[in-house]
Parts: sequence; C-alpha cells; structure tokens
Amino acid sequence: APPHSSQPPVSTAYSAAPPPSYTQAPPPVSSAPTQPPPSGPAASQQYYGSPPPPSQQPFNSSLPPTSQQQFTSSSVPPPPSQQTLPPSSYSGPQSFPPSQPPFSSAPPPTSQPAFAPGPPPTAPGSFPPRAPPPSSQPGSYPPPTSAPSCQYPGPLPPQQQPPPSQPFPYHSGPPPPRAQMPPTSMAQSNHLPPGPQGPPGPPGPLQQPPSQPGMQTGYPPQQNGAFGQVRGPQPGYAGPYPGQPNYGAPAPAPAPAPPAQKRLDPDAIPSPIQVIEDDKAKSTEPFTTGVRGQAPPLVTTNFQVKDQGNASPRFVRCTAYNMPCTADMAKQSQVPLAAVVKPLATLPPDETPPYLVDHGEGGPIRCNRCKAYMCPYMQFIEGGRRFQCGFCSCVTEVPPHYFQHLDHTGKRVDCYDRPELSLGSYEFLATVDYCKNNKLPQPPAFIFLIDVSYNAVKSGMVSIVCQELKTLMDYLPRENPEMDSIVRVGFVTYNKVLHFYNVKSSLAQPQMLVVSDVSDMFVPLLDGFLVNVNESRLVIESLLDQIPEMFADTRETETVFGPVIQAGLEALKAADCAGKLFVFHTSLPIAEAPGKLKNREDKKLIGTDKEKSLFQPQVGFYNTLAKECVAQGCCVDLFLFPNQYVDVATLGVVPVSTGGSVYKYTYFQAQSDQERFLNDLRRDVQKPVGFDAVMRVRTSTGIRATDFFGSFFMSNTTDVELAGLDCDKAITVEFKHDDKLSEETGALMQCAVLYTSCSGQRRLRIHNMAVNCCSQLADLYRNCETDTIINFFSKYAFRGVLNNPTKAVRDTLVNQCAQILACYRKNCASPSSAGQLILPECMKLLPVYLNCVLKSDVLLPGADVSLDDRAYLRQLISCMDVTETHVFFYPRLLPLMKLESGSLPVAVRDSEERLSKGGVYLLETGLHLFLWVGASVQQELLLNIFGTPSFGQIDSSMTSLPVLDNPFSQRLREIIDSFRAQRSRYMKLMVVKQEDRAELIFRHFLVEDKSVSGGASYVDFLCHMHKEIRQLLS
Amino acid sequence: MTTYQEFIQQNEGRDGVRFSWNLWPSSRLEATRLVVPVSCLFTPLKERPDLPPVQYEPVLCSRANCKAVLNPLCQVDFRAKIWACNFCFQRNPFPPSYAGISEVNQPAELMPQFSTIEYIVQRGPTAPLIFLYVVDTCLEEEDLQALKESLQMSLSLLPPNALVGLITFGRMVQVHELSCEGIAKSYVFRGTKDLSSKQIQEMLGLTKPAASGQQGRPLAPQDAAASCRFLQPVQKVDMNLTDLLGELQSDPWPVPQGKRPLRSTGVALSVAVGLLEGTFPNTGARVMLFIGGPPTQGPGMVVGDELKTPIRSWHDIQKDNARHLKKATKYYEAMANRSAVNGHSIDIYACALDQTGLLEMKCLSNLTGGHIVMGDSFNTSLFKQTFQRVFSKDNNGDFRMAFGGVLEVKTTRELKVCGAIGPCVSLNSKGSCVSENEMGIGGTSQWKVCSINPSTTLGFYFEVVNQHNAPVPQGGRGAIQFVTQYQHSNTQRRIRVTTIARNWADAQSQIQHIESSFDQEAAAVLMARLGVFRAESEEGPDVLRWLDRQLIRLCQKFGQFNKDDPTSFRLSESLSLYPQFMFHLRRSPFLQVFNNSPDESSYYRHHFVRQDLTQSLIMIQPILYSYSFYGPPEPVLLDSSSILPDRILLMDTFFQLVIYHGETIAQWRKAGYQDMAEHEVFKLLLQAPLDDAQEILQTRFPMPRYIDTEHGGSQARFLLSKVNPSQTHNNLYAWGQETGAPILTDDVSLQVFMDHLKKLAVSSSA
Repeated sequence: APPHSSQPPVSTAYSAAPPPSYTQAPPPVSSAPTQPPPSGPAASQQYYGSPPPPSQQPFNSSLPPTSQQQFTSSSVPPPPSQQTLPPSSYSGPQSFPPSQPPFSSAPPPTSQPAFAPGPPPTAPGSFPPRAPPPSSQPGSYPPPTSAPSCQYPGPLPPQQQPPPSQPFPYHSGPPPPRAQMPPTSMAQSNHLPPGPQGPPGPPGPLQQPPSQPGMQTGYPPQQNGAFGQVRGPQPGYAGPYPGQPNYGAPAPAPAPAPPAQKRLDPDAIPSPIQVIEDDKAKSTEPFTTGVRGQAPPLVTTNFQVKDQGNASPRFVRCTAYNMPCTADMAKQSQVPLAAVVKPLATLPPDETPPYLVDHGEGGPIRCNRCKAYMCPYMQFIEGGRRFQCGFCSCVTEVPPHYFQHLDHTGKRVDCYDRPELSLGSYEFLATVDYCKNNKLPQPPAFIFLIDVSYNAVKSGMVSIVCQELKTLMDYLPRENPEMDSIVRVGFVTYNKVLHFYNVKSSLAQPQMLVVSDVSDMFVPLLDGFLVNVNESRLVIESLLDQIPEMFADTRETETVFGPVIQAGLEALKAADCAGKLFVFHTSLPIAEAPGKLKNREDKKLIGTDKEKSLFQPQVGFYNTLAKECVAQGCCVDLFLFPNQYVDVATLGVVPVSTGGSVYKYTYFQAQSDQERFLNDLRRDVQKPVGFDAVMRVRTSTGIRATDFFGSFFMSNTTDVELAGLDCDKAITVEFKHDDKLSEETGALMQCAVLYTSCSGQRRLRIHNMAVNCCSQLADLYRNCETDTIINFFSKYAFRGVLNNPTKAVRDTLVNQCAQILACYRKNCASPSSAGQLILPECMKLLPVYLNCVLKSDVLLPGADVSLDDRAYLRQLISCMDVTETHVFFYPRLLPLMKLESGSLPVAVRDSEERLSKGGVYLLETGLHLFLWVGASVQQELLLNIFGTPSFGQIDSSMTSLPVLDNPFSQRLREIIDSFRAQRSRYMKLMVVKQEDRAELIFRHFLVEDKSVSGGASYVDFLCHMHKEIRQLLS
Repeated sequence: MTTYQEFIQQNEGRDGVRFSWNLWPSSRLEATRLVVPVSCLFTPLKERPDLPPVQYEPVLCSRANCKAVLNPLCQVDFRAKIWACNFCFQRNPFPPSYAGISEVNQPAELMPQFSTIEYIVQRGPTAPLIFLYVVDTCLEEEDLQALKESLQMSLSLLPPNALVGLITFGRMVQVHELSCEGIAKSYVFRGTKDLSSKQIQEMLGLTKPAASGQQGRPLAPQDAAASCRFLQPVQKVDMNLTDLLGELQSDPWPVPQGKRPLRSTGVALSVAVGLLEGTFPNTGARVMLFIGGPPTQGPGMVVGDELKTPIRSWHDIQKDNARHLKKATKYYEAMANRSAVNGHSIDIYACALDQTGLLEMKCLSNLTGGHIVMGDSFNTSLFKQTFQRVFSKDNNGDFRMAFGGVLEVKTTRELKVCGAIGPCVSLNSKGSCVSENEMGIGGTSQWKVCSINPSTTLGFYFEVVNQHNAPVPQGGRGAIQFVTQYQHSNTQRRIRVTTIARNWADAQSQIQHIESSFDQEAAAVLMARLGVFRAESEEGPDVLRWLDRQLIRLCQKFGQFNKDDPTSFRLSESLSLYPQFMFHLRRSPFLQVFNNSPDESSYYRHHFVRQDLTQSLIMIQPILYSYSFYGPPEPVLLDSSSILPDRILLMDTFFQLVIYHGETIAQWRKAGYQDMAEHEVFKLLLQAPLDDAQEILQTRFPMPRYIDTEHGGSQARFLLSKVNPSQTHNNLYAWGQETGAPILTDDVSLQVFMDHLKKLAVSSSA
C-alpha cells in the first residue's frame, strides 16, 4: 500500500476511504473534516483548503492512514480501501467527523463527491446538510431517522435541487445551509487525492452551483472536488451534494439526510466518471503482473501490461485479488469469487503475444497427479531433478531432456529463458495425444449458409453477403500474414430446402445440389464442397455472382433452420475437420423440418412466473444439435435479419453452446444497416479463432472452479468445451472453497485451453493467475474489482432468468449486493451511525452499476423491448469480458463541445441532467452509438459536424457523419472510428436530436436516470440499497 | 391339306402364335390327359411389314363383359348389318360408319387374311416417349468414360421430342435438373432412406404447392412436360445434357480399403419411379438403370459394403444364408409393381465382373417388360452394341419398342385362360374366361406389358373346360382373341387384334390327329417356361422331377410300346424331338444353377421367358454348325462326338457365340497356313464361321458373348458344357479314339437319359 499511497486520492470516493493503499494517505488532507464544515458554505471551502492539514485529523487521522476517509475512514480496519462512507457518516453522531469525513470532511480532501461534506467536525455526516439540521448535529445529516426516506428522493425533493437544476449539482442540492457539509469532503476523499482536493475550490467554479443557493459554493467544491474538482470542468460531476446525500451515495449520511435534504445530490454520490478518471490518472506506469494480489487498473484505463508471472488482466480479471482464506469468510462477505478469462484475447501491439513453447514429442511437462502444466508455480527441488506442483503439491520427476540446474535461490538457471517458468501466459505445442482420435487435426473450414427466402432476397441481404464474401475470401484468418490461409470454405443457400454448391476448381461453373430431405440432413457431396479459396477462386466468384440472380424471383417464404446447422455439421464431419458456420438467417423456421418453431411471443407472460420459459428454447432439438456440434468442433455464428419474432432464445442455443456469436439486425435495410453488418461480418470472419477447444481450470488446493458462464458446452463438471473460441469470447469462472487457503501460498489458478489454431496446429494456451489470500475481511474488500463483480453478477443473473422469475433474480442481486456491503460495514468500517452508508473504496460503484444491471432490458424490459431483443442481449452478455460489460451497463457519454487531438474529452455521467441543451454528446455502449444534439446547440458546432447551420436540417437518419474538412469534424470522426475499433461489434451511429422521438431510445441509456420501464434512478437505488443494508445490519 | 408343319409356320408368320396343340381336345378330362396343356406362345407385336394398320376404331361386341372385337370368324348378316360375336354369340349391329358393308365390300377385319389387324386409335393426348437414365457413378474411370460415351451417343438416337431425364447415384442420389442455364442444379437424396413416392415428389418440388414456391425462375405452367424440370425434350437439352454427362465424375466419396463403394441403387430407382409416377403416370417411359456393382446401402441393398462378406451365392441362398435377399427382393418387387401400374418399364444394364444383384432386381425388368443386359464392363462391345440396339428402328423408322401395352385374352366358352408367362403383370381383370386353375401369372384375362418389342413373346396357358359329357359339335371351333393396346413408339395409340381358331377334336376317336397336331417345339418352350416359372419359387430338384414326370407321362400317352419292353418304345415324328429338348432343358442354366451365380441364372431366365420360339429353342438346345473341307457348313449333333480335330464348330447358345477350332485346325492356324497363298482355302474356311457369327451378332438382342477358342483353350468350356456328353472319361474306351472329344463330366448323356425314359415310360408300375 504504501507506495501507492501517493496516489491516494483516488480511492474511493465515497465510501470508504480511499483505498488504503493509495490513497489516502493524503487523505488527511482532505479530511478537512476538521473543518467544521458544516456550517456555511464557506465551510466547504475550508475544507478544501484546510483539509490538508488539519482536516484530516478527525478522520484521517483517526483513520488509519489514509484512505478511507470517507466513510470508512473510521474503519480502521480496512484502513485503506474502503471507501465507504465513513462509518459514521451520518449516523454517526457526530462522530462523523472522522468517519464522515468521507462525506464530509474527510473526503473533502479528495473531493469525494461525496456525500457530504461532512463537516467534519461533528457534523460531518452531514451530507445532507440540510436536512439534518435538526437532529443532527453532528452528523448533521440526516438524522438517522430520515434515513430511509431520505434516501429516496422523497424527501423534500422539491426543494432540493430543483429538478431542473440538477444538472448542476451545485445548486440544487446544496441547500444552502448544509451544503457545507462535508459532503464535499466525502466525496472527495475518495477520489481525489489530497492534492486535488485542494482544488476543490476550483470546482466550485464548475459547478456553478454556486449560483444556486449559493451556499454551495462551499460545498460544491467539495463534492465536485471529489471527482470533479479536480477535473473541475466537468459539468457533470458537479452535483451539489445536497440532495443526494441521502440516497445512496453518501450512503451514510443519506438516510438521515433525507429528511433534511430530501434528495441526495447526484454529485454527492459516487461517480463512475470520477473513479474512472482517477484510475486513469494514477495508472501511468505499466502494470506488472508479478506482484501477487495486486488489482490491475480499471478496464477503462489504458495501460501497458508486463507479464511477470501472472496472466495479463487482458486475459484474466478477478473479482477479488485477495481471496478469503476460508469458506466462512467468503460466505460472510458474499463477495463472489470469480475470474473472467478471455483466453485468446488480442493484445495491443506493444505487448508480446504468448510465446509458443515446444516440449518435444513427450508433450508439455505436467504434474503427475493434477496434470497442471509447467508454470512458474512449480517448485524445483532436489537440484532440479524434481518439481513440486504448486496446485496439488505432488512431486514429479523432471524428464531428462527438461532437466536444468538450480541457482542459489532455487530457481532454474534457465528460468528466464523459458516462458513457462517465468510468464503468466504462454502456449504449448500439443502432441498427437491431445488430438481427437489421436490424429493431427485437418485444416479447419468455414461454411457460409445463406438464407435465400423471399425476405432475405428482398431486404438485400443476399446480394450484400455474396458481394462481400468475394472480398472476404482473401481475409480468412491466418497466423502468418504472409501466408495464405489454410481455412477451406464451402457455401450453402437455403429456404425450406438446402442448396449445396460444388465449387471444385476443375469446374467451369459451380454446381448446385439441392437437398430437400430436410428431415434427415446429409451432405450431398464431399469433393468440391470445401475448397481452398485460391484454387477455386473463379468458381467461387462465379457462384457468388449468380446466387443473387438465381433467387431474385423467389417466392419461397418459409425457411428451415435446424437442418441448416445439421448440414454444416455433417459437412465438417465428412471432411473430418473442425470449423465455423456462418448462418445468415431471416425468419422463424416454420417449414416442416426438425427444429421447426412456432411463434410463441406472448407479452402477457412478461412479469409472470412463466416468463422464464420464454428464455428457454422451445424445443429440445437444438440442445441435442449443439452437443453434436461441439463434439465435432463445429462453431456456429448466426447473423439474424428478422422482420418479426424469430425466437432468438431458441435459434441462439447452438451458437451459444458452440462458442459462436449471434448478430441481430432487426428490420435490416441495405441502405442503413449494410455498413454495420458488413463490418461485423468482416471482423467475424477475420478475427483470430481457435477450434475444437477445451478449457480446464485448475486451482490450488482449497478452492475449486465450480461454475462457468459463457458461450460453451459442458458435458461434465470440469471441462469447458468450445467448438470455437475467438478473441472476443470471455468465460466467467466462479470459484468456491473446498478447504482452507493459506495466506502464505495464496490461491493459484491455471486455465489451460487446448485448441486448434486457425493454421491447423493443436495448441495449449496456458494462463496462470495467483492471488493473495486473506484472513481479514478488510483485505478482501480492499482488493476487489467492481467491474468484474458486475460482470459476474450480470452473467449470473442472466442465466438465472432461465429458471427464475425476473423479479426473483433482481431481488437476489439486490440482496447479495446488500449483504456484501453490509458485511463490509459491519466488519470493516469503523463504527459509525447506522444510518450512514459506507462503501468500500473499490466497491463504491457497485450500487450504480448493479442498478444498471437491474434495469437492463433483460431483467426489466420496457414495453417496446421485444422478447427477441432480451434473449439476444441475454446471450450476448454471457460471453462478454469486463470491458464490454462495463460499457454496456454504464455507457460512455462524451461531451463534444471541445475536442482536442490526442485526448478524449472527459466523459460525463449517464444522466439527462448532465446534458446541456447547447451541447453535442456521443454515447457508446459497445452495441450502440448515439450522437445527441442539444436543441440549442451552437451553429458553429453544427457546421463543424454536419455542415449545416440549422438544427432542423440535421438528418437524423444518417448513419455516418459527413466528411468535412475541419479539424473538429476530423477529430470527431476519428473518435468515432476509434470507438468502433475498440468494440467487437460495429456500432451504427444514430443521430438523436433533442426532443426528437428517437430521443426516447437514447434516454434509455442514460442509466443514472429513472427509466421508463420503472428502473430506479441511481439516487433512488442507492437509497434503496442503503435501506437494505441497514435492514441487514439491524 | 398342307402339313401341320406348314400350317404352324403359316400361323406363326401371320399371327405370331404357336400352339402346343393345333387340334384341341374337346373335353377337360381329355385335355388333362394330354399332359402338355393347350397353350401358345404369342408374339403380340410381331413385325408385319405387310400389315398396314387401319385408321379407325375397332368394332366391339356390345355385351359389357365381352367386348370382343369384330373379326373374320364372326357371322355377319350383311343385309341386316348385324354381326354375331363368336365369343358370346351376342348379335351386334354395325356402327353407322359400316353402312356400306356388303359381301363384296368388307372391312379389313372381316377378311380371313386379317386375322391379325392393327387399329390406330385417337385417344387422349399423345405423350412423348420418356427415357430416364439412372446412372451408377461408382465405376472405374474407364468404365464410366465408356458409359458416358454410350449415353451421349444414345441422345442422338432418341426421337427429338422424347423427354430425357438423368439421375446419377453413388453414395447419394442426384436428380439433375435439365432446364436451367448457368449453374447446374441437381436434387440430392440420401442413399439410405426409403422415401415414399409422395415424399419424393414433394422434395423434388413436383407437388402443387411446392412447385409454386420452388426457387428458380417461375415455371411455365403450360404443359406437364414443361413443368417438370427433370424431364426435358432431347432437342432442347441435348447440348446441356451432353455436357452434364461429360462432367460426370466417379462418386467422390472415398472408399476405404476393404470396402465396396456405397451404391444406393434402391433409392435411385425409387426416386426414378417416384419422379415418373408423379409426372407422367400411364405414359410410355423407360427407366434405364446402369449399374456397375451391387446395391450396398439403403433399401434394396444386396450386400454390405464389407468386401470380406461376399455377395450371396446359390449356396448361401439354399442355406438361407443370404441376409438381404428377401428384403431386397421384396423392395424391388414393390417398386416393379408400382412402375408397372404406371406403365413405366425398367431396363437394367449391369456391367461388372462380380454379381450386381440381378437376382433381387430382376423383377424390375421382368414385370415391366424392361431389358436386362449383363456384361463384364461398359467398355465392351457387348454392352455398347446391345445398348445401341435398344434404339434400333424398323423399316418405317420407328423404334422397335412399344409402351404401356395391355394385353387381353378372350376365349370361347369351352376354353378358359389359366395364365401367362412373360414380361407382364396381371391387371387382375376377372372375367368369364378366367380359369381358377392358375398357370404362370393367372387369375386375370388382362396383363400389362409396359414395354413390348417385336420379339417379345408371352406364353399363354389355357384350360379346356368343356365337360366330357357335353361334346363339342363336330366341326366346332374354339377361338381365342388377343387384344393388345399399346403406345407405338411414334406415340400413336394402337390396338392390335389377333383372333385365332382351332378345331375341336375328340381325343378318343381322333387321338392320332391330335398327336400329329402337336407342335413339339412350341410345347417344349411352353413346358420350359412353366418349369422356369416354377424354378423361381421352388427348389431345383422338384422342378426337374416335375418336368421328368410330365415327360414320362407324355411318352406313356403317345409312345408306342409293349409294356415293360423298353426296346419296343417308339415315338411318332411329331414328338420325336421332344425328349431331346427336355434333356437339354434339364441341363440348361435355366434350371441348373450349378456353375452359375444367382445373377446369371436370373439373367438367363429373364431372357428365356420373353424371347420368341426360335430363340427360346436355341437357348434350350444350342445350335452347332460344323465347318470343314469336306463340304458346306452343316448343322451337327450337339454332341461331343461332333468335336473333331479337323472341324471348326460354331455354337450359338443365344447368350454365347462360340467358334471352336479343332485341334488340327488350331495347329494349322497357329502355323500361319491361312496367310499362305497356297492355302487360300484354309483361310476361307477360317473366315466362314466368323462371317456367320457376325450375322448372328448383328441381329441378336442382347448381343451374345462372342468367344473364339480352340481345342484345349480355356474358353472351350463353353462348348464342352453344352454338348451331350456322349463320350466321357467313364466310357472313353468304349468308343473309338478318333471320334470326338471326351467330356470330363458325370452328367448323364442323352443316350442314358433316353434309356431311362424308355424304361420308365414302358414300366407298368409307373
């Protein structure tokens, strides 16, 4: 920790003190607590200012070192991390001070948005400055009482920030009086390092808040400060503490506050943006993986990784880098122990891809008992003649050809020459023993299966696909860009019968073979179906030219689906190879054939106990088929172009079970969707992929991988079988204790993926990960990664809806989250008022993110969300990695008013309040990309972006921005391109004009706001969460 | 009066009929005592270049269950313009168009020389002929190439408006769509799945709803022909199809070591039959199946694909060890029947060194009038020329093939028809002239013969039902009318009517007459057909016993002998050759399976029951000619004694044509004397049998296997197995050294056979 400390600031904003580590140290600073803050606005400032020195005291000082400030502050225990609101928070009797700091004072330093400004002094708690009045003295805030209520808006809402105002935090909230509160402080604490805090002042500015009641000023600073301050600028942040406190945020305070304030100030509650920015700011050095138990920078941060013995976070991210030693602890904390593994992740160009290690004919060296592969955790003993397995402790002889002497430290002399002894990730060349049927694999094949029914032809899909495939043939995956790909290709078209094509190079014209016996699918030809692109290029091109013509006049509207996959599967079987099917499909398969489906979309079932059945496949056929596909290594990618219900839940079964992907283009129109589709297709065809993969996760004694989430199939409890595994697929693995872990050795895991590379080589990719173990809960809470936890929760929940009513699933999530936080509060945070919300520093975003999960279309569908969309998202999320889930659940919203080259504008929080009528904003979720244009945007901006001076002339149907020769336009398009490049799916740009109808869709992604479908706003949810926690605690 | 010999020939020439008896015993009892039933060989479409068809409809008896055709035997009252049916005695008025009829102005059908007459009728739309090629692609490259060439050649032989279709099969079955341009399309069926006709039609998109939605260009709905993309006029798709055939590749699926290629013959046929059934029912069509091996998978499989399991032999069959036999046979029978119902015939061209499953598949051709051709390879002249001959034309330039024949038999009331043996199926038409006693395919008076050519000959068996106590009036005549409706190869519908009559004779008083009216050649063939028919369902020895029994009874009935004195036994001239025919029949491959595979037996039997009398006799008793310096070629006894060193023998067994050079001749030939000017004669002698053989080869269908061998040659076995083994290793020394060649066999010789026959015939205990 110490080291970090420097950074301190960051840590938690809210809650708890900043993580120990960094953090806080400085905190002290902030802690302005001292400042009596409470009082007037002025106070607030003080905080800032003062903070440094004095402030801390209370909190800080008290607090262990640094961190915590915030909430926790007090909590000695976890000194660091947690943010949390200082325990005390409001409840706290005054005590806050310390604790509160977070909010209040403490934070101040940092800025935590905090909650409250807790005026350190006593009142710290105060977020709520206002309300609190009464009671509180100290805590000011919120008197406990209110707590509940407060949280929510309820309280006084009105007043507080007047709704409108919201945007600016300041005003609103800050009811003058209170403002003082520490809120600011708190907030600050989290993030901002002490230093920053200082700045708070500045924030002030931002905030404008002042404007309001004025009071704020004082406060504002703080808060903003927290995040904002530093950054000041961001409009977004700046929320006045005021209202907020109540709810969640300041958790602590909240409650009480409410009464007072009525509403929590959105700026006073933990801000994702702040956390993200803080993390960016502190991650300047490359991240080295050698230190066990160290959490990597957030997924939103750009950083370089140096592999020093553990897998890069690009391959493996854990929910906790400090695992509880015992099952009891784990159970008590309820923190999920999971890792998100993305075995074939693509690395940035400046990082070396895993080395390929060849151990010769004998195959990779492995532990005799548990079969773990040679890795840095193997301990060589007896002069290097044997090694002891780090996982099961079994001692194995070193084969003579692998023998090497040890140096004085017991390391092999060649340790650094061998990737498997020094790195976290590397590959082994597998021998024939690792191959199916003990035969080296045949080169893989890609089979393109194109729906040519009426809808497909009409929408233009068929001709687009055919046209594109001609080009794509040259971009099949290969490992060496110099060489031709060895992947063979085959083509099938279908409606209610299938047409196979013989494209043998010796033919002048392709030949079509029609199979109408769909009830019992088979492949009608062998030779000439799967061909080498170079050899058959002319025939293939001729075929692709003719397909659209041949079916141009088709009147066939019925399609089959099951037989299509069967056909591809049989073709691969016949060729005895693994491969991938690309299915381009348009409609519900109602033609008489295996896997025939009926339309079962029934909105009436939503919200009932039967809703879950809609997520389950309607027939068992596809499960069986998926199993067969997996056995053959047949991965299925499905491109859907539905005009109506197609039952994605059922059609997606095979793709999802075979490691494939589903792409959906509802109401596909060549004009507007072509680009998105083609980019997806290109990427899907070109991306690195492995076939016929099996993943096995081995762990050291004490824990065990018990559950897996993702796109794969499991025929037993340990082997994750993936017919195909591409660079975008992540698998979430949950671990459970089956024994005690020791702090000394930590917990080890080794994820081995056996696969066939696209060059037809059988390989093993190994990722090793070691994490610390702790016997103190505080340690656990200090080293968690909220983004990963959210990834786990979302996958867990989305799988849960298969078998449980969505309401139950939501409740479970809320409950578990509450338990996690309650456990922290109870065991780690310093004692404080029960009414104070204290969040661990590294989990302070848990509520906001969790709320996003709860509000997602899957768990809480709006009226306009189709069943297909939900099923689609459900399946999609199941194989997302942490980066993707993060942006998916908490979209990135960039203000575009000013663009600089080289850096992106700082994002703002996903709330309407943060949008300025005069601005233009870009929002991306990984799936969608919106350009929101405020109604009173400046002409110049419009000219720069759209080339038109008038808001009214903007064509909202455009899917790409006009290419204009001005730096702004260039930069904006650059940004958009770079966003698209970062995501595995191409995002179609939607231009949304304020007040336009389409804005509804856009608003859906402003996840901190209340959603149309009834999802709680962040503030409301935080309050609710706080209530839950309090209930648990009491 | 002319001799019976002449009478018989005249009748045969005019009507294509040969009766076993040309006088009919007048009662049932007497008829049964004659042993050989009243029966005939009838060649429905015997070529009659001198018989121009008439262009009007036949006049039918108005009685509903008679409908006999007006014929020369009918009593006509020219004044009343009434005719009396000679079968049911119904009096019928002539139709209006016959108003001008009088003694001097008679329509053709009333003239005695028109006892056989052919009508061209206008009924319904004429449908083009259909040829559907079903081609096995599991062939060696060379074979496939040869086959492709033959098929391409055949396109030029088809009438331009004929519809052609192509189905290829191996592991899969492909139905090629012929109408398309650009991408060649075909529909593929899995070779292992038994599909119903309806399923097949659905999958081919032939059913209404499917047809509308099938991909591809919209179908021209005008006529049925255009709507079927799989059958197109030759002239339209000639080029296309030639290319398609040219691009045919051997079945691409790998055949592992020790396996046979997977050949889905059963499904291919089923698809072919289903396709025709759905598109052109009751239209003349030929399914031409070309196979290079046995069906090895799916319904109708004859043998598994493991090479270590050999295809069934007679031995296996007798031991009930042929696993797939029953199932496959049943499958093909069902298909044959379906096909027959729709009037489509199925040809099988099987060229392979091993068996190809003809035993199981024979019914396809047997029931539908199709051809079976068996050869060693498609790359032989045997196949190529035979195949070409399928498309041979008559003097009018019409194909020698007719389709969709329905043959009806009407008899006068003293006779009933028991059945028919030939390439036909029963139409189950029960009428008053149908006997309950079935012989061959019985229980009906109508048979369907899906494909008829001028030599197609059926055997009909009758029963005299007149009771002994109700004698036929003196001079009464029995009559039989054969009405054959068919589709001529020029697509006309035609009806050929043959009416014949024979006198009744009282067997007690006129037994000599009856005896002399015996046509022993016809009788031998007719009895042989009965024997072969039985052999299909009974054990070989039983059939032989039955034949022997009949022979003995016949000899007892007509022989002149003293009881128990074999040496006194004599047979009249009209029966003298009959026992010898029976002797050779017993040894023939039609009844003996030894040394023949089940396929060969089926093949031989197939041809035996459809060829005309002359060819049938050759099959029973091959003809042997001898060529020597001592005179013109002469027929010689089919006896080992005819095999002499200085002779060249030409044997025609119908299936084989053997030229055998005697020992001396062979030596001379080897010495090259024929090339020396001074031995010109020898050269001519060598050439003579070749020329004769060539003549036979030219005309026969299927083309026989041509064997040129010599004394001591391995192929000489073909000759040695046929000749009467009068000299064997057993009696060699009893005979002169110089006369003929001994045959190494334990078979009895004709002499021994006759001795036994005499003994049994004269035996009082028999």
